[in-house]
Amino acid sequence: MTEQTSTASSAATAPGRTMIKLEGLGKQYPKEPKPAVDNLTLEIPEGEIVILVGPSGCGKTTTMKMINRIIEPTSGRIILDGEDVTKADPDQLRRKIGYVIQQIGLFPHMTIAQNIATVPKLLGWDAKKIDARIDELLQTVSMAPETYRNRYPKQLSGGQRQRVGVARALSGDPAVMLMDEPFGAIDPITRDRLQNEFLRLQAEVRKTIVFVTHDIDEAIKMGDRIAILQEGSRIAQYDTPEQILTAPANDFVADFIGRGASLKRLNLSRVRDIQLSQWPTVQLGEQPSRVLDVLRASDKGFALVLDEQRKPRRWVSAPDLQRDENRPLDQIGLAPEAIVEPQATLNDALNELITANYSVAIVVNASGEYQGIVDIDSITEAIRTMRTDARARARVGLDEDDTVDEAAQVGR
Amino acid sequence: MSEFFDFLGRRYDDLIEVGLEHMYLVGISVLLSTAIGVFIGVTTYRTERPREIALAVTGSFLTIPSFALFILMIPIMGIGAPPVIVALTMYGLLPVVRNTITGLREVDQATVESAKGMGMGRTQRLVRIELPLAWPVIVTGVRVTALVLVGIAAVGAIVDGPGYGTFIFDGLARVGSPAAINLVVSGMLGVIVVAILFDTLLAVLGKLTTSRGIQ
Repeated sequence: MTEQTSTASSAATAPGRTMIKLEGLGKQYPKEPKPAVDNLTLEIPEGEIVILVGPSGCGKTTTMKMINRIIEPTSGRIILDGEDVTKADPDQLRRKIGYVIQQIGLFPHMTIAQNIATVPKLLGWDAKKIDARIDELLQTVSMAPETYRNRYPKQLSGGQRQRVGVARALSGDPAVMLMDEPFGAIDPITRDRLQNEFLRLQAEVRKTIVFVTHDIDEAIKMGDRIAILQEGSRIAQYDTPEQILTAPANDFVADFIGRGASLKRLNLSRVRDIQLSQWPTVQLGEQPSRVLDVLRASDKGFALVLDEQRKPRRWVSAPDLQRDENRPLDQIGLAPEAIVEPQATLNDALNELITANYSVAIVVNASGEYQGIVDIDSITEAIRTMRTDARARARVGLDEDDTVDEAAQVGR
Repeated sequence: MSEFFDFLGRRYDDLIEVGLEHMYLVGISVLLSTAIGVFIGVTTYRTERPREIALAVTGSFLTIPSFALFILMIPIMGIGAPPVIVALTMYGLLPVVRNTITGLREVDQATVESAKGMGMGRTQRLVRIELPLAWPVIVTGVRVTALVLVGIAAVGAIVDGPGYGTFIFDGLARVGSPAAINLVVSGMLGVIVVAILFDTLLAVLGKLTTSRGIQ
């Protein structure tokens, strides 16, 4: 991981302490010509969501299921929080690891409360503590305890069952969670909502999460780090979503991300991360002749009128001024639209500016004060910068890891 | 017809007592069949060979004519209730074994996997997840067993077993006399009443012991 810490962007991408370490992990099924998982080495940092993504049959689910030894590895070691658990008692191990599968697998003959109580009971907690934990978790996943405690899974909707599945996996307060396509069987609208809820929850609980999906968009949205896997669970690239989108390590990754990687990338950068363009501005109440001076001094055809609080009020152009010479500035020209805040993604900004009158988006801070402008040039510039940065970062890794490849890179 | 009701009136105490004996006999056998059958099912459902052997053996029991089996029991167990209970238990195994195996195999594997993933051991999974989920299917098997045994138990009178079979065999011994029909008919009706009672009882019991979540 030295290549990460040695780069300029280390603050954002430097991994914390390693929580799960897979060392040369392998699974060879008898009678199969090739191993399902072939000598996989992977470090999963504490408190991050690491996504295992890849085409079906690449071994991602097998890999995940070897971490809690639902599938026993045939070679290699699993180090959990510094402890070799490859040969530990699997039941004890699993009680420390939250587990959510696509079908959720709630116990249909037990109430929601009993479902959630499963692991705490196995861990031998006393009844009072378990009771309190059930209520706490139901609240965490936004389900009223008094309504849902005594319901059965069949009385819940798909989305609610998924929430209970997450609550149940969190019940023993595990440091690690394994999630196998947890949102796979849910309709797209509910899925989007649940994903956002889950990210909010994760921001609070900061679990180390291994998350399997075949959907690259879900991987980009949910992952702090993504491992793109090829057949035999070989890592094609293991990096942050930003790096993967801007500097795919090879053709397999580029193919897997598919077209529109740059557009997807725009979802990961925010307006506050890029250099804003400046624009001619005038104060409300300024003389029209002054405004014309300002316009003449700049290469833009229109100026932004700001009020006393520096809130954008109006777009005015020279023809507007000449046509309605005696009217106040906030009654001529066009109303400002496409106003975005710094935390908006570049994708949002792009969407706004494409439909706006002058093809620019106005950036304001939380109290509505004008900060600057995003236009199509700032976005293409941002994309260019991302690409160069990502290439530089990818190359730094190569410099240290593999001098032979470095030569190849220089040759290009 | 009125003569038949006179007969019922005269033998009323007798009919009740014999009925209780019949129920006792079947009740014990159903309990034994259920205990042994569920045990066989639980131990064999996972692997193909043992599973097939269990079904073949318990199935073959049912092909032995009951008349023959009861008589074969005499040298080993003598006469009276014990040989009847043993034979009935053998006959009752198949529906229980078959439904236990089917029920356990039909349990959703995702549910079992999530139980495993939460750290439940094999026995805990069986007792807390798989058996409760398979229970409705197992109870259906027990109900079939009870119905089959209520009928076969009547034949047990051949080795001096208790129950309504005694009425039927008494009737058989007096074919031609007017009492014969009364004896056979009342024995038969008694069997039907016992069968209905058992089935109702087991249906209620099954409902009470099955989680509301899977009803």
